[in-house]
Amino acid sequence: MTRALGASAVLVAFGVALLGMVLAVAGARLQRYQLIRGAYAAVYVNFGLLLVASLAMVWALVTHDFSVSYVAQVGSRATPLFYTVISLWGALEGSILFWGLVLSGFSALAVWGGTHLDPRKRAETHADVERLMPYATAILLGIGAFFYLLLVFPANPFLPVSPVPPDGPGPNPLLQNHILMGVHPPLLYLGYVGMSVPFAFSMGALLAGASGGSWIQLTRRWTMAAWAFLTAAIIAGMWWSYEVLGWGGFWAWDPVENASFLPWLTATAFLHSVMVEERRGMLRVWNLSLITATFALTILGTFLTRSGILSSVHAFAEGEIGYWFLTFIALVLIFSLALVAGRSDQLRTEGRLDAVASRETVFLFNNLLFTVFTFTVLLGTLFPLVAEAVRGVKVSVGEPFFNSMTLPLSMALLFLMGVGPALPWRVASRGIVRREFAVPGIVAVLIGLVIAVVAGGGIYAIAAFTFGAFALTINVRQFVVGARARMRAHGENPPVALARLIGANRRRYGGYVAHLGVITAAIAIAASSAYKAESESTLRKGETMSLRGRTIRLDELWGRQEPQRFVVGATVSVMRDGAAIAQMDPRLNFYTTSEQPITTPAVRSRPTGDLYLNLMAVERDGSTATIRMIVEPLVPWIWAGGMIIVLGALITMLPGRERERERVVAQAPVPGVPSRVPGLVPASPLIMSEPDARGAGS
Amino acid sequence: MSTTGKRIGMGLAALAILGTFGFLIYGGIGENLVYFLTPQELFARGDKAYDVPLRLGGQVVPGSVEWNADKVDLRFKISDGVQTVAVHSSGAPPQMFRDGIGVVVEGRYNRAGVFESTSVMVKHSNEYRAPKHGEKPAEMYRSLTREDGA
Repeated sequence: MTRALGASAVLVAFGVALLGMVLAVAGARLQRYQLIRGAYAAVYVNFGLLLVASLAMVWALVTHDFSVSYVAQVGSRATPLFYTVISLWGALEGSILFWGLVLSGFSALAVWGGTHLDPRKRAETHADVERLMPYATAILLGIGAFFYLLLVFPANPFLPVSPVPPDGPGPNPLLQNHILMGVHPPLLYLGYVGMSVPFAFSMGALLAGASGGSWIQLTRRWTMAAWAFLTAAIIAGMWWSYEVLGWGGFWAWDPVENASFLPWLTATAFLHSVMVEERRGMLRVWNLSLITATFALTILGTFLTRSGILSSVHAFAEGEIGYWFLTFIALVLIFSLALVAGRSDQLRTEGRLDAVASRETVFLFNNLLFTVFTFTVLLGTLFPLVAEAVRGVKVSVGEPFFNSMTLPLSMALLFLMGVGPALPWRVASRGIVRREFAVPGIVAVLIGLVIAVVAGGGIYAIAAFTFGAFALTINVRQFVVGARARMRAHGENPPVALARLIGANRRRYGGYVAHLGVITAAIAIAASSAYKAESESTLRKGETMSLRGRTIRLDELWGRQEPQRFVVGATVSVMRDGAAIAQMDPRLNFYTTSEQPITTPAVRSRPTGDLYLNLMAVERDGSTATIRMIVEPLVPWIWAGGMIIVLGALITMLPGRERERERVVAQAPVPGVPSRVPGLVPASPLIMSEPDARGAGS
Repeated sequence: MSTTGKRIGMGLAALAILGTFGFLIYGGIGENLVYFLTPQELFARGDKAYDVPLRLGGQVVPGSVEWNADKVDLRFKISDGVQTVAVHSSGAPPQMFRDGIGVVVEGRYNRAGVFESTSVMVKHSNEYRAPKHGEKPAEMYRSLTREDGA
């Protein structure tokens, strides 16, 4: 019954998506609004259908209905309820179902937003959005149709099972060992799937010939939202790997990690370069390419993680589904390329670069670096696949390759993160350059010297602190200068001035907040890897081991049978001056379906860093235990940095009064430089509401 | 500097950056490939097998394990059924390490004919395999389980 309900909901959703696509395109071509309304209705109906299908699956999981194939594959009567519910996204079929659900939800939200515009917006914006919405809807439904088709054929979670087994194996042990598994995957899917919407809007605008800037606004907001989810997901994934895998690290350039990182890189590039398009009418084709690349990379990521093509901790599934994904990626790329080529007349550049020392230039280099970064990671991720397919050898690309490439790139980006906010648009005079960079430059060099002398740790650790200090000083300075100007102009006290400054220029200062988060995380990552110390010992009860002035003592070893696993744990005391000041309990979890135990390391976090204990092995008679002890400075700041980044993204997205202004170029023309006021610079509501912080306040 | 001059300058700078990275990527990937081999494939590589980072997969030869807990020194042999390679590691064996189990070792093969391993991984098997009597963790660690359940 549940099975029939879920299966038919998905099948109907596929039909409705196809019908909706036809209605949307026909309605737009024939100018028949009823048809377009029908397409919008299809989007809402599909959200309902996918909700029904997903709830049916959750119901089947919770009631242990092993006649449903997916439940028979991942369910188990012994699994706790929480992990039973979240096994919805624990394996291939369920995660595609979840993809479909999120996509249908986002599509409904996008259509609702596009058809319920703020009436205060300009009539031109309304007309623009009205023209592109049917096409964007058709594209969203097209992407939806692909995923529903997967659910009907290669990834059908609702297949019958006969005879019905009495019990199942339960989810993969790695996925039921930590609460973050309830957080990381949904965030990742929200980020991944969210990137479909900006893709649909930008392609829809091209198809409709809607040349106004409305699509940029829509695209940018959706990209920002998806980017925030993706950032949170990547950080949560790092955290999960730190808390579960037991090696004390959080990033190993594993293909699955790379898969989540690739679209993040291109989306980050887009969020920067889109500002150049808004301000200067430049880089239009480039921005479309970035949006398309981001979307294609989310599909590629789903393919890599879900087709089982890579042997890695996440890729549990195998099957012919890979060919479906590859075909879809090819279609997406061909479609976008053809569209951009066919509409090149709409995409002519209007502005141009005036000076090397300007914010545009920094954005160009930012994009160049992000592009190289993306290619590096992509190449390193795909190379083993190509090598195996072409030469029949099994290889992996070593971590040194990724590090040797991405560390210099990251340092350059960290440096630019300082340069960019300090430079004005169009052209910066020597005076500005000197005034903006003198103090941060000196601060950075001093901090770099101190780190080099006191801590050492290699060129990249020193560089991370130096450039981090540089970027931090400049980004913090933006807040200080802006707030001071407000205090002078309005007589406000510092906290009020700061809050109003951010409130009145959310995009700008939200961006700087995100920068602060990135800098925090970057410094913490550099410090945690450069100054990490680890040691491994086999201890008897009562014996101690020490590392970096910290001492632990093995007190007790214990075992405990739980419904779904058997747990072996160690009780360890953290010692100071011969007295125990805290207890930690690293554990080994034995699941019946895994030969290897899954570890639960014990982590004691302090602002200065973590003490990380992993139980490596326990003698069967309980006489000794092997413990790996790791001291890792500043690790909590990586997670904090991630939260600050998301906070920054939230600030830029806060709803509030959106003022629309006539199309104006913000800066006065610079003498001697021909002023090419773009006739079609997309109207950003914020162009005029962003006074230069160094100017006369507001 | 004229606008054209600036654009050319910027273009050249961009090209220089791209070129440098292109060169680095090309060179870097070749140097950092880690081959995954069986003992047979290792020997087939001849001189190219020595002193490069490798992953070696096979089964632990029964009776070959020598584990010195005091020195944290582990020696064993792995085999693919055709050839056998001696492995040395300065780390504790993983929890489920035992005779006959599939392992992947990471490290370098040296000219003394010993594979110096930096990490020993028990091969991850997704297939359900009912534990044999005496392998069930609850029995293995019976002495650790407190009767009072505290």
